[in-house]
Amino acid sequence: MTIQFNDETFRDDYSFYNSERAIKRFPFPFHEDSYMYSVNMEQHRGGPVDSVYEKRFDVDEHYVSEMKDRAMVLADDPLRCQSLPHMTLAGWDLLELIMVSKSEDYPDLFELHRDGNNWRWINKPLGIDDSFTFLDETTLPYGPMEYITRQAQGDFCVLDQRDDNLWMDAGMVTTQADWSLDFDIGMNFFEWHAPVPLAHEKGIFVRALKFLLNIQQGAPARRLNWTMTVNPLLDTSPENYHKWGIQKTTLTPENIGAKQHLRVELQTFFRLPRSNALVFPIRCYLCSFQDLMTAPKWGRRLHRVIRDLPEELATYKGFIDNRPMMLDYLSKFDDGLPTSPGIWPDLETEPALQK
Amino acid sequence: MSGAEKIAVIVTDIVPLNDLVTRFEFKPTDGSLLPTFSGGAHTVVEMHAGDITRLNPYSLMSDPMDQTAYTISVRRDDEGRGGSLFMHRNVKVGDKMTISYPVNLFSLDLRAKKHLFLAGGIGITPFLAQIKQLERFNGNWELHYACRSESLGSYVDELRDHHPNETHIYYDDQEQRIDLVNLLDGQPLGTHVYVCGPKGMIDWVRQTAEAEGWPREAIHYEEFLAPQPGKPFEVKLAISNKVIAVGENESLLEAMEREGVDAPYLCRGGACGQCETRVIDYTGNFIHRDHWLEDDEHASGEKIMPCVSRFEGKTLVLDR
Repeated sequence: MTIQFNDETFRDDYSFYNSERAIKRFPFPFHEDSYMYSVNMEQHRGGPVDSVYEKRFDVDEHYVSEMKDRAMVLADDPLRCQSLPHMTLAGWDLLELIMVSKSEDYPDLFELHRDGNNWRWINKPLGIDDSFTFLDETTLPYGPMEYITRQAQGDFCVLDQRDDNLWMDAGMVTTQADWSLDFDIGMNFFEWHAPVPLAHEKGIFVRALKFLLNIQQGAPARRLNWTMTVNPLLDTSPENYHKWGIQKTTLTPENIGAKQHLRVELQTFFRLPRSNALVFPIRCYLCSFQDLMTAPKWGRRLHRVIRDLPEELATYKGFIDNRPMMLDYLSKFDDGLPTSPGIWPDLETEPALQK
Repeated sequence: MSGAEKIAVIVTDIVPLNDLVTRFEFKPTDGSLLPTFSGGAHTVVEMHAGDITRLNPYSLMSDPMDQTAYTISVRRDDEGRGGSLFMHRNVKVGDKMTISYPVNLFSLDLRAKKHLFLAGGIGITPFLAQIKQLERFNGNWELHYACRSESLGSYVDELRDHHPNETHIYYDDQEQRIDLVNLLDGQPLGTHVYVCGPKGMIDWVRQTAEAEGWPREAIHYEEFLAPQPGKPFEVKLAISNKVIAVGENESLLEAMEREGVDAPYLCRGGACGQCETRVIDYTGNFIHRDHWLEDDEHASGEKIMPCVSRFEGKTLVLDR
């Protein structure tokens, strides 16, 4: 399928938008009418046609504009991309994984030609045609991780595995939900998750780490996570909180449908072969409340989830102050009818709103 | 599904190295390329002998960047349950076999300023791949390799020829010993130590390094235990609602697999922790052989590692 790339912004005038197709394939994260943390992992081996699960690295209509936004973030703050010296081999692993996956999954957009270590990479949407020597950093304009993640949507954490733990030793992080690579660099799995409420007590992180340490080559995994963002901002970083935090106070009952976005992360996990590191891509999808409400099932369910969410979680996710206004808006889309199980919108089978 | 992904391969070369060790080369049956891997990784080889299926882990010793073939070296164990004997006696060039994707439980710490390898006997194999990996990136390494005798020194000549400055060989029958205390004392800051060999050697290296003040994180070791034969016993599997018999020459894990119970595993050698199983009830004695559970866990009677451990007694009920 040919993708029509949007010309849009994630800052200033916020011209970001989702096409009808993008709304239909939005990864709605709630499989039932309530939410609590769980290690909700499954294998990452494809999914329904045109869903965000179908390809190893989803490329969608926001690709070109997201990459422009990433370049702007990096120009302002180069520390959003860091790689400790021992992580270069993992960077090459990641470059290979993305180039091979995208050229196989989107042959009309990306081409990879390999002759031994002489590689040629063609990225048609971004107008790139580079020849380089695999494993020779001097033949690329950036280090291998930075080079390829300037051409791939989503954040990338490259985790070293040693001493039965994972270590945040490299990453490209410009579209994050309020955490900082520069702060977390070099931390282990428990250290960087320390701020998360409730999950430690439930033993979530011990089990999650055990699962992640055992992810093997050829058997990637995935899960969804979510939060809320006012305005379609990709860069909700602590470094720039002074710019975006204040925007949470601009919500009104009139603009909330357009301004309030559900922010969903498609998190995937791949074992990297040459380095034995683990890469953790975190792909961010944004959808406005008013676009979500076009699926009656999502309208009913989102209201119930937000209404019943424990206070600690609403606080941690940063929308406790706006929750009453959200509920006023969302309750108009909840007629009390039951919802079908699973995350899909089920547009053909779910009844229209009965009020 | 349990274990790593599978690869269908054909045996393309078999080279006896000496009285005990034979090398096997595998290529994909469909002519595709094999996955690259990291030095220290192993593959699990499936062996089908009549009704018996054995899955044994072997370290990959070929160049991790070579995607055309994998090689392993198998030491014949005349006292064991027959996996290595099967490889030596039954496997022929042209045979089709199934191996697993590479799994690494013994990877290099790439932060190390220097890698100090200590090998005993067949424990040399993971280091052969790690050396090839490090050579490609001009890594700093040194190998101390203890063998029983010159005639049983697998890959000694190759290592000496290619890496005369890095390779140090010790023959037991010539009373040559690694001078470990002095060796450790002379290492630059940032050195990591890796040991692979018999249990006694691993314990010796770990204890000596600890006594010399080395940080625990800088000492890496790998020892795969082969399951040992033992008296037959019966197990009740509570979740599957089955009573199964574990034969003399099979492991508890193999018996569960034979009965169609999907039990998780990775190393099958008591090291990785994947197959850890909760004990619901028992009357009798455990024969714990793994080095995953702590001593107090062994004593508690609450957990067992079915890949290598056994049981003697009346009743055993497991949470599987």
